[in-house]
Amino acid sequence: MKADSMQSGRRWTTALTYFFLIVGSLIMIFPFLWMILTSLKSLSESMQIPPTIFPAVYYFSNFKDALTSLPFGALYFNTIVMVFFRVICAILFSSMAGYAFAKLHFRGKNFLFTLVLVQMMMPSQIFVIPQYEMLASVSLTESLFALVFPGLVSAFGTFFLRQSYLGIPNEIGEAAYLDGCNQWQSFVKVMLPLTGTSVAALTIFTAVFAYADLMWPLVVNTDINLMTLSSGLATLKGQFTTNYPVLMAGSLFAMIPMLILYLIFQRQFIEGIALTGGK
Amino acid sequence: MWKRQSIAAKREQRWAWLMVAPTIIGLLVLNYYPLIQTFILSFSKTKTFGAMEFNGIQNYTDMFATPEFWKATWNTVYFCILTVPVGIALALIVAILLNAKVKFKSGFRAIYFLPMVCAPAAIAMVWRWMFNGEYGIINTIINAKVNWLTNPTTAILACAIVAIWSSIGYDAVLLLSGLQNISKTYYEAARIDGAGPIKQFFSITMPMISPTLFVTLIMRMMASLKVYDLIYMMIDQTNPVLPEVQSLMYLFYREAFVAGNKGYASAIVIWTILLIGVVTIFQFIGQKKWVNYDV
Repeated sequence: MKADSMQSGRRWTTALTYFFLIVGSLIMIFPFLWMILTSLKSLSESMQIPPTIFPAVYYFSNFKDALTSLPFGALYFNTIVMVFFRVICAILFSSMAGYAFAKLHFRGKNFLFTLVLVQMMMPSQIFVIPQYEMLASVSLTESLFALVFPGLVSAFGTFFLRQSYLGIPNEIGEAAYLDGCNQWQSFVKVMLPLTGTSVAALTIFTAVFAYADLMWPLVVNTDINLMTLSSGLATLKGQFTTNYPVLMAGSLFAMIPMLILYLIFQRQFIEGIALTGGK
Repeated sequence: MWKRQSIAAKREQRWAWLMVAPTIIGLLVLNYYPLIQTFILSFSKTKTFGAMEFNGIQNYTDMFATPEFWKATWNTVYFCILTVPVGIALALIVAILLNAKVKFKSGFRAIYFLPMVCAPAAIAMVWRWMFNGEYGIINTIINAKVNWLTNPTTAILACAIVAIWSSIGYDAVLLLSGLQNISKTYYEAARIDGAGPIKQFFSITMPMISPTLFVTLIMRMMASLKVYDLIYMMIDQTNPVLPEVQSLMYLFYREAFVAGNKGYASAIVIWTILLIGVVTIFQFIGQKKWVNYDV
């Protein structure tokens, strides 16, 4: 009797769990669905009251309009360049520094590491004006380099990879040293390959945040051909204030590259970001 | 032997300096120099052609005398109050549901996490459309005619809803990793002792998850005090409701890069950092009351 009621109680709990998870998922997915559905409607249909759920007539020219009003080729290119170089710089410089902070002895280590920690606690907006002025003073605003500039080094990456090097036993490095490797060789050949998971997590973290960044690209490049997907989209909003089908088509274009990567590397994305989380 | 050791140590030191040099030089140029510059700028007046002139605490006294500034400060705090408690509570619920024995778990997790990989600019765009006062689907669903984005009380609420929707998945994933660290034996022991699910939640789950919860809370709080992109995309600069909704960072952006008052804008950003600092300190003091580290 008791076992019976417990069983049915558990079944209820499971049913409720699924119920709430599914309702929540629908709320999470609906905006994306609505974006797709709207992008396929004509302007007049999108403003119909009450709204139609599925387009009465599938209307693909919104995508053409979005493509002709924004240089998406350039936006993709700029975004990819920005993300690529920020990721490369973060991995390269942070691996080197993270290794040195974790495994090597040198004078000034504590002080220099404090510089890293303090930077991590400061919001990036505090740097924006002087970073902009610096670039402006050497006429480097309105350039691809300007997009990469604030991400040339990564304090967070240094901190994060240091953690990962701390987890590697010292004996491994010592063994390499005894085999005749110098510091650089034991770093590149032995230690670096052992941090693969963390490097992957840092890559995803850096890419996602660079891609999402809006204020810096908006400020530093006002030429539409030098914008990123985010800042380009913000401009499209100004052009088509009320033409939502075109805006939705443009938003889809902006989201697709990252979404595809997410679908392929879903587990790595989520676990990578959970690993870097708590930043 | 002694000498070789010290040569080796010296060599190690040279390698170490070489390896930290790019990062340290980068931090000095990209962050520490700008930090000092921002501080100096906040005591300066912008003149034509980018020249600056020291003007003492003028920017700060101007700032404190401006209702728009106080309104932006309140908006920022209010946005934080609207988004953080509800967002974290919902994220905790999602995390607990995902931690249960369910099929298709990683699928659910991926769905909740989706907003994280989408640019806020694109996300805000569709929500603007859904909140549209005339043709928006949200008004259709709730069968009302609310001018969400042109009414001060609802505009900030709309922004808060989008912010919560965007952050639930991320926070839930962080909390979920905390939940997964709780050993199942605690729950078994509690069940044998006759503790129900609610009792179990408050006497096992909450204390055990509290350190993760605290980190998530701090992070979410800092992020929402710095909110900018979402409100920028949702509320146009021509929208009359802007002064009622704009956050400190939105005001900062407009002062620095639209109006060109870099000195005044620097004072705003310094103020925001102080605000974040004070809130964080209070969080760290408050945590002693509820965060449990000895497990």
